Amino acid sequence: MARGIKDKVAILGMGCSKFGERWDAGPEELMVEAYLEAMQDAGIEPTQLDAAWFSTHIDEIGTGKGGTPLSVALRLPNIAVTRVENFCASGSEALRGAVYAVASGAADIALALGCEKLKDTGYGGLPVGNPGTLSPQWAPNGSAPGNFAQLASAYRAKHGISKEDLKRAIAHVSVKSHANGSKNEKAHLRNQITEDQALNAPMIAEPLGLFDCCGVSDGAAAAVVTTPEIAKAMGKKDLVTIKAMQLSVSNGMEAQHNSWDGSYFHTARIAAKKAYNEAGIEKPREEVSMMEVHDCFSVTELVTMEDLFISPEGGAVKDVMDGFYDSDGKVPCQIDGGLKCFGHPIGASGLRMAYEMYLQLQGRAGERQLPNPKIGLTHNLGGSPSQNVCSVTIVGAEGV
Amino acid sequence: MSGEFGLTAYGGYIPRLRLQRKSITTANAWVAPNLMGKGKGERSMCNWDEDALTMAVEAARDLLGPDDDRSHIDTLYFGSTTLPFADRLNAGVISGALTLDRHVQAADISSSQRAGTSALLQALHAVKAGASKNALVVASDKRKARAVSTQELDFGDGAAALSVGTENVIATYLGGGALTVDFVDHFRGAGEEFDYNWEERWIRDEGYMKLVPQAVSEALSNAGLKAEEIDHFILPCTLAKAPQAVAKKLGIAPEKVRDTLAAQCGETGAAHSLVMLVHALQEAKPGEKILVAQFGAGADALIFQATDKISSVKAKGILGALSDRQEETNYMKFLTFNGLVEWEKGMRAEQDKKTALTTLYRNEDMLLGLVGGRCTETGVVQFPRARISVSPNNPAVDSQEPYKFAERKAKILSWSADYLTFSMAPPNHYGMMDFEGGGRIYMDITDVAPGEVDSGMEMRMVFRIKDVDEKRGFKRYFWKAVPVRSSASNQATGQAAE
Repeated sequence: MARGIKDKVAILGMGCSKFGERWDAGPEELMVEAYLEAMQDAGIEPTQLDAAWFSTHIDEIGTGKGGTPLSVALRLPNIAVTRVENFCASGSEALRGAVYAVASGAADIALALGCEKLKDTGYGGLPVGNPGTLSPQWAPNGSAPGNFAQLASAYRAKHGISKEDLKRAIAHVSVKSHANGSKNEKAHLRNQITEDQALNAPMIAEPLGLFDCCGVSDGAAAAVVTTPEIAKAMGKKDLVTIKAMQLSVSNGMEAQHNSWDGSYFHTARIAAKKAYNEAGIEKPREEVSMMEVHDCFSVTELVTMEDLFISPEGGAVKDVMDGFYDSDGKVPCQIDGGLKCFGHPIGASGLRMAYEMYLQLQGRAGERQLPNPKIGLTHNLGGSPSQNVCSVTIVGAEGV
Repeated sequence: MSGEFGLTAYGGYIPRLRLQRKSITTANAWVAPNLMGKGKGERSMCNWDEDALTMAVEAARDLLGPDDDRSHIDTLYFGSTTLPFADRLNAGVISGALTLDRHVQAADISSSQRAGTSALLQALHAVKAGASKNALVVASDKRKARAVSTQELDFGDGAAALSVGTENVIATYLGGGALTVDFVDHFRGAGEEFDYNWEERWIRDEGYMKLVPQAVSEALSNAGLKAEEIDHFILPCTLAKAPQAVAKKLGIAPEKVRDTLAAQCGETGAAHSLVMLVHALQEAKPGEKILVAQFGAGADALIFQATDKISSVKAKGILGALSDRQEETNYMKFLTFNGLVEWEKGMRAEQDKKTALTTLYRNEDMLLGLVGGRCTETGVVQFPRARISVSPNNPAVDSQEPYKFAERKAKILSWSADYLTFSMAPPNHYGMMDFEGGGRIYMDITDVAPGEVDSGMEMRMVFRIKDVDEKRGFKRYFWKAVPVRSSASNQATGQAAE
């Protein structure tokens, strides 16, 4: 195991645009919105940035390829800008690039910014992407909800759970996120819903109904990172530091080898174990104060509770129904509303998760502030259950 | 060559969907009350992802059975007037799907309703001449007819397959006759979608009654037989009682005239003579003589005699295909599947379906034949084949040999029914199929209704249309999973359709 990056990098400032159907804004305006907040929070000038990492997933509908969209929109002083893309986990990749640059000493201060402008397609749901030349000749004609819905059938078969019990548990996941999102003024969806609404919503991909699916949103989020020493020299207090950043990527085993049972994320378990190890966490169920996980669909969140070793194997349904992950539960999850309600502008989501953990750790989360959190975990996933990338990041108060 | 030769095996395929004719005539009663009398029985109807090619592959697979080794087939003739491609060897697609040897001599035979019988005659001649040892003949048609036409009521979709050789002959070829006359009872100009038909009474009196007997007489003469020696007389025809009238004129007793299967599937075009022949072979007793005649730009006639090996055939044939049926009463679905309705497909259907032909060829056995890989070091099988094995414990390099999945059964590991993605028959079902003997493929599921699918269900593979590139007139084909029906009916969840 590598030495890791625990406490080598601190967050100097963060920003996040209002998420939602931003008919008023293109990708440039969204980037500027997140950037200005982050820079004001950090208290630095653009000339103090050494390098930037820019994440955006879908370049077909406007944001564009390469580093130029970010550099041009923000008028950066001709510094290095690297565009990263790793499906829906792209935002965590931008943060990882900036954090590693600072940890290595190659940069003193680095910017990570993720952005996605999805609502220029003319229809609901994610844009139909370009799948290359071979995949469309054999892969199923599917969609994100249909791919993630696969988890439900395999999880039910493995644990002998009835269709109704699973549907009720994933409904609770969404009801909780809507309750949390209603307290977040930057969230895309701010309405509270009832369990009956979730259960009786139109079917999108069996068994996922409308309220089992996250919002498709426009938005941007940004982080400015530096070393704890530089941050302190700038007068910053109550530092939030990076405890661990791990990424695990499928190698085809799940999709091609019969050893995977379809009910969990192979990569998430690997990334989680490595991240806990890097952060020095031995009992995640007790030590993690709060989480932002990749709840692109309610069932994803449910199985992720086990993949992160918070709920025991087969125990997520009980924990969810017991309110363990509710805002007043033992490990509050999606306290900002999650992808479900804050929204999911793909390239920004990993940074948005970190934004909420940062605000909570600094005691700046307003109406949804949790009492005295110490350790926050973000889980950012891209791809589909049978082939994906999974990023687990742990942040916390310095010295914890 | 000397000695007996003839048919060595048969196979059949009729699409599961059977459109109830009453649903057609009832919907059209306001404009065509004259057709109400034809609202009886059912016609076979392709699912949206079936065409003449996919049906031909299924009929041939029924004939060939589950054995992976198909190297004995040296000749392939495909008879159809509804070939998906005017210039791309349709038989070549079939050959790829069946994983036949690349040295197979293959040809499409088209342009008349005799395409099926003419393909069979070609095969018989090739074997007789010693140019072929085992020839495979497939005939298939999915004819398009205008709404409110008699043709949409008379026609059906279907395919049949026969193999010709000298070993294990199940029906000896006794002789045949052919007549070529430019008698235009109907025609379809190049690039046209629909047939243009002349008056039925003329077709019956000057066509069937005068031309078919000439071909039949020649066949009888070549076989050294008299008409009364024929036990099964096959003549596809949608004109009521015309086959009986032709038989009577020839001196064949009316009870020898085979049912045209009008009530069960309708007339399957160039395939129908062979569909009826397979049906007859399944009911024939050793020693019985079968005469199959086909009208169209003249006529063909072929005579076979069943041998004592006739009962050894394991194929499901037409009898099996006819019994695997799903009643369909939605005429609008038929019109939509056949491109007869302009319907709102939504923006998700706008995605460009351009196919990279380089990629298609580079992965030919994978995409057409569902061929994956087997690691010769570990025995682990996988799809697709790759230079580095997927085995987590031994990622061996360059260790894989081709491994065929198409004839292996699979079980559903995970699935969903997707209402968001564009589908011609929503919701689109797909999931992870775990194969007997190892390996798995995340793939489309077809021929299922909401509530029918569940984890653990036993599935088999079928060759289907994957996507249609309407902009360029190209069709992509790939394999999909369908339930093994006996297992499906046992495991149906009874969940309400949504």
